[in-house]
Amino acid sequence: MSSTASAQTGQKAQSLTLVEAIQDGLYTEMSQDDSVVVLGEDVGKNGGVFRATDQLYEEFGEDRVIDTPLAEAGIIGASIGLAQTGMKPVPEMQFMGFMYPAFDQIVSHAARLRSRSQGQYSVPMVIRAPYGGGIRAPEHHSESKEAFFVHEPGLKVVSPSTPYDAKGLLAASIRDPDPVIFLEPKLIYRAFREDVPTKPYQVSLNEAAIRREGSDISVYTWGAMTRPALIAAENLSQSHGIDVEVIDLRTLSPLDIETITDSFKKTGRAAIVHEAPKTGGLGAEIATTIQEEALVHQEAPIRRIAGFDAPMPLHSLEDYYLPQAVRIQDGIRETVDF
Amino acid sequence: MNMKNEAGSTDLPAPVREDSDLVQVLDAEGNVLPQASVPDISDRQLLEMYETIKLARHFDQRAISFQRQGRLATYAPMTGQEGSQVATSLALAEQDWLFPTYREHAAKYAHGMDLVSLFEPLRGYRDGYAIPDDVNVMPEYIPIATQVPQAMGMAWGHKLQGKTETAVLCHLGDGATSEGDFHEGLNFAGVFDVPAVFVCNNNQWAISVPRERQTASETIAEKAQAYGIDGVRVDGLDPLAVYKVASEALAKARNPGPGERRPTLIESVQYRFGAHTTADDPSVYRDESEEEAWRDRDPVDRIEKYLYNEGILDSDLESEIQDSIEQEVSEAIETAEQTEVSPDNIVEHVYEDVPARLEEQRDELNRLREKYDDGAFSEVLE
Repeated sequence: MSSTASAQTGQKAQSLTLVEAIQDGLYTEMSQDDSVVVLGEDVGKNGGVFRATDQLYEEFGEDRVIDTPLAEAGIIGASIGLAQTGMKPVPEMQFMGFMYPAFDQIVSHAARLRSRSQGQYSVPMVIRAPYGGGIRAPEHHSESKEAFFVHEPGLKVVSPSTPYDAKGLLAASIRDPDPVIFLEPKLIYRAFREDVPTKPYQVSLNEAAIRREGSDISVYTWGAMTRPALIAAENLSQSHGIDVEVIDLRTLSPLDIETITDSFKKTGRAAIVHEAPKTGGLGAEIATTIQEEALVHQEAPIRRIAGFDAPMPLHSLEDYYLPQAVRIQDGIRETVDF
Repeated sequence: MNMKNEAGSTDLPAPVREDSDLVQVLDAEGNVLPQASVPDISDRQLLEMYETIKLARHFDQRAISFQRQGRLATYAPMTGQEGSQVATSLALAEQDWLFPTYREHAAKYAHGMDLVSLFEPLRGYRDGYAIPDDVNVMPEYIPIATQVPQAMGMAWGHKLQGKTETAVLCHLGDGATSEGDFHEGLNFAGVFDVPAVFVCNNNQWAISVPRERQTASETIAEKAQAYGIDGVRVDGLDPLAVYKVASEALAKARNPGPGERRPTLIESVQYRFGAHTTADDPSVYRDESEEEAWRDRDPVDRIEKYLYNEGILDSDLESEIQDSIEQEVSEAIETAEQTEVSPDNIVEHVYEDVPARLEEQRDELNRLREKYDDGAFSEVLE
């Protein structure tokens, strides 16, 4: 159901998929704040290639839901300019693998206009991008390059793993005064439904979620990998009596170091699960942070269960590239049995 | 809306505007337009062009169908664009290089790639990008416009080494003209005067965004003027016109006349009859009646009628060709379906030698495959 319809029927919550919750989040924020505009390739009449902006063009018109020429640097550069006029642009990058032409605009300008101008100018902008593999997409459509953006000071990086969080984190991102890279796990865009309030609400940035409490090992993950991590945790609980805590980071930059280290202090063991290549991935940052903050609690080597240090393969091999529940389970067992 | 061509007046459907510079040879019925000059091409070459265009149409229809059957992943249809693709490739000499995008299946085939290699990436195998040494085609470009500066660079390399007998032909779409790489590539091409031909397949739509929203320029060809190179507009549904324009541009790239620059930007005016890809639904964003006017100018029909008119083709030959095409395509998909690859391939060819850390990752994967068997890896991640 479209947000428009739910608003008319006065429902308090709707059962939505993650991508519908994104659409609902955009609808809700655009209804609240006239300065919010959506722009990008195919976001208007087409409603987005994944339908994340479905019905928004019809609802808010062509001046607020804008089909642009095919030019990522143009879209982001223009958004930085729009933001200087009091508007809150929410540009869409059609796939994360197509963001690179905009990289200069993002890292040289969006990320640092505030610091360059000593707080005089800022860029309240949310760059939405579907990311990750597993949908049998063509080459360049399955990348997970969150580490590029986590590495850049001045950017916040967010990735939801549930419909409820998708709407709440998107609202918080749009209301945030700084640029946010909002990475949407397209593998789970339509994987499951959840009740999502129709009213506006926010899920705080910089606050990880404990998805499953456990005492033997902490598994840190985000986005589409949250579900196989939870499946692995459940399997291991039943088959081996291993009690796994699963932390969904939600905001990748800045990290919620308190939740990360508190969990580790309890379990003494950690595994980090991400789709991105292992080397230089966010797993390295989390492992090092744990060692800096909680070394004395450590009982086993910290394990990274990640993509290969190789380009994402075409779809015939992507099941081997991505961390499946089987890899996660094995990694957890090796860590617990150390 | 009337539209003139070099030979007189003809109708082209919206959104093509009146343009006296549009090059055409055949009318919609496959008749040579008054005063149009037919390119210098033998009957044998004409038949080759026809057969290849017919094969491209059949390949395209089968690929869409195979995708629906789950035998191929996302496919970018080329319906209506086969004539221009084949004609540009047949204008190439064997040593010339082709830079295709993800839609130029027929262009690749017509410049020497086999059909199996076209199917393989669509089945998830990179083998199809391992292009044989004697075929001068780059693996297809998916990120938009990125091929433009690279094609320029290859042409530049040839020129710097005194090999201007080799030309480079680079395909791009109308959407690509909005990207920075388009500007940078064409600007370099003009500055360094390289033996390259850039073919913009203006099919009027970049997914859902119409050509008019891509640029405020009247035509795409006129953008060439800003780079100091020639821009030519051709009826992209007229294979003979495309062949003529591409041949002339390639000849100029190799041996420019006094005062001429080597590079050319060709705007091949076409229409994307189908979806952007099999994952796209054009009914959401465009009026389906729009294509009717273009259908009347279908390149397959036009070249076929021309060959009948010229007595080069008859119904017996046509059905013989059709049978052979169908067999070739069905054999290719069957062969492609036998392709297998080991998961070890993930770590191969990342570097010339596999680094130690990747060997470890491969060994770890193989340990897990042995321990849990391959079925465990195909569990749905969701």
